[in-house]
Amino acid sequence: MSGRILRYTLHERLIHWVAGFAFVYLLVSGLAFYSPRLYWLVNPLGGGQTARAWHPWAGVLFTAVCVWMYRIWRGDMAISEQDRAWRKAIGRYVRNQDKDLPPAGRFNAGQKYFFWLMFWGGFLLLASGAVLWFPERIPWSLRSLRYAAVLIHVSAALATIGGFIIHVYMGTAVVRGGFTSIVRGEVTREWARAHHPLWLNEKE
Amino acid sequence: MKTLELKRVSATAAPAPGVREQATVSKYIDTTSCIGCKACEVACQEWNDLPAETTVQLGTYQTLPELTPNLWNLIRFNELDHDGALRWLMRKDQCMHCGDPGCLKACPAPGAIVQYMNGIVDFNQEACIGCGYCMTGCPFNIPKLNQKTQRVYKCTLCSDRVSVGLEPACIKACPTGCLQFGTKTQMLDLAGKRVAQLKGQGFEHAAVYDPPGVGGTGVVTVLAYGDQPELYALPKDPTIPLAVRIWKTPLKWLGSLAMTFGVVGTVLHYLRYGAKKAEE
Ligand code: HEM
Ligand code: SF4
Repeated sequence: MSGRILRYTLHERLIHWVAGFAFVYLLVSGLAFYSPRLYWLVNPLGGGQTARAWHPWAGVLFTAVCVWMYRIWRGDMAISEQDRAWRKAIGRYVRNQDKDLPPAGRFNAGQKYFFWLMFWGGFLLLASGAVLWFPERIPWSLRSLRYAAVLIHVSAALATIGGFIIHVYMGTAVVRGGFTSIVRGEVTREWARAHHPLWLNEKE
Repeated sequence: MKTLELKRVSATAAPAPGVREQATVSKYIDTTSCIGCKACEVACQEWNDLPAETTVQLGTYQTLPELTPNLWNLIRFNELDHDGALRWLMRKDQCMHCGDPGCLKACPAPGAIVQYMNGIVDFNQEACIGCGYCMTGCPFNIPKLNQKTQRVYKCTLCSDRVSVGLEPACIKACPTGCLQFGTKTQMLDLAGKRVAQLKGQGFEHAAVYDPPGVGGTGVVTVLAYGDQPELYALPKDPTIPLAVRIWKTPLKWLGSLAMTFGVVGTVLHYLRYGAKKAEE
């Protein structure tokens, strides 16, 4: 029983990559502002002024795409009882003992938690980013908003970056075939049975 | 830029190159002999060739509610009812040139804010990216963003004039001598004498405003009601905001460490466990 099955529609792949590129831009420009040791990152982006001007717009795009993803993946991303069991047994997933894990559906619990991290993170980043965007519009009497905004923005950025590192690592190095699936859309039956057996059952 | 006079440079990990020995300079502002004539405001605009701002009627003599990108010097007016007597408080507001500048600490752009060996804190608009972090770092509400140029502006303490041995334009213009300029030691001396005089005249709370929380300021202010600096729109014990200190030190280091460990962790994980196999 071999052959390829469709895992991501063109629509889903497109949305994923818009989010991906927007996030990478935000990551690179944001880290440049975050640390003097990384300020050189503005060079490929056209310099500090340019990066400063575009970062918030890339952020708006990112959050908009997060909302779009929510619309198409909300159902698939709902956390189930099985996901909670999966989370408890996450050590086995880390050690590549996948056979001893509760079987995953279209997305495993790790992917779902990553999705929600990005979704809520994007929301927090937009809210705090809006304050950072127009500091001159925040009256002096409300300056505590600015203080809260920098702390929230940096913390949320760090949390999403942490998720992002794991996401990219899993999708390219650990779960081989994952990267191809989000580029070309298709996976093999073997791949689906190994990583997302419940989803494969549904499909058949 | 005067390289050998750079004591601190924003967003720069390397030590600043300044080696010249220079005394810390300071303005002296005696709020008790200020007559509110605003000659300093005008002199500042003229020397710096700044466009005039449209004034706003505030019901007092004050030109505008706050400093703006084109107004770096503002006389603030306040009326105080003190035991039935009207006290008219005027204070020249401008950059305080902190010893430990919050703007410089907050700034992410290398070289956009510098502090010279003589204590002057200066903005270098060429390197400024217009993020406004300095506005968040400043405890005195001084830097202002120009919407059109997307850079911030503030009083330079006439660093151009001072570097060639002139006094700042505002000081030069003051008709009453309530503004003076010199080394910080001289100005503190002067301020001490004036405070003693005021105390003799019955202003028991007269005091010098030179807040230690920001490393002292390059503006030494004499206040008749020194126990209530808020009357002059001055914060009581200013420091660099706590959030800014957390953001720029522990949060930055923890975050950088966490990201590094994250990346190193994936490499270690791969070396130990490798890829998952699809056929098992
Ligand atoms: C969602 C909408 C977002 C908006 C409106 C936004 C806006 C901003 C603004 C205005 C700044 C100040 C610097 C500048 O002006 O460019 C900033 C800084 C920053 N942003 Fe965002 N941003 C958003 C999303 C993100 C995301 C998704 C990340 C994660 C990678 C991120 C990471 C950062 C970082 C690391 C900084 C520097 C913080 C620092 O200076 O310590 N931002 N953001
Ligand atoms: S607005 Fe300019 S000077 Fe102020 S913190 Fe940002 S880069 Fe630095």
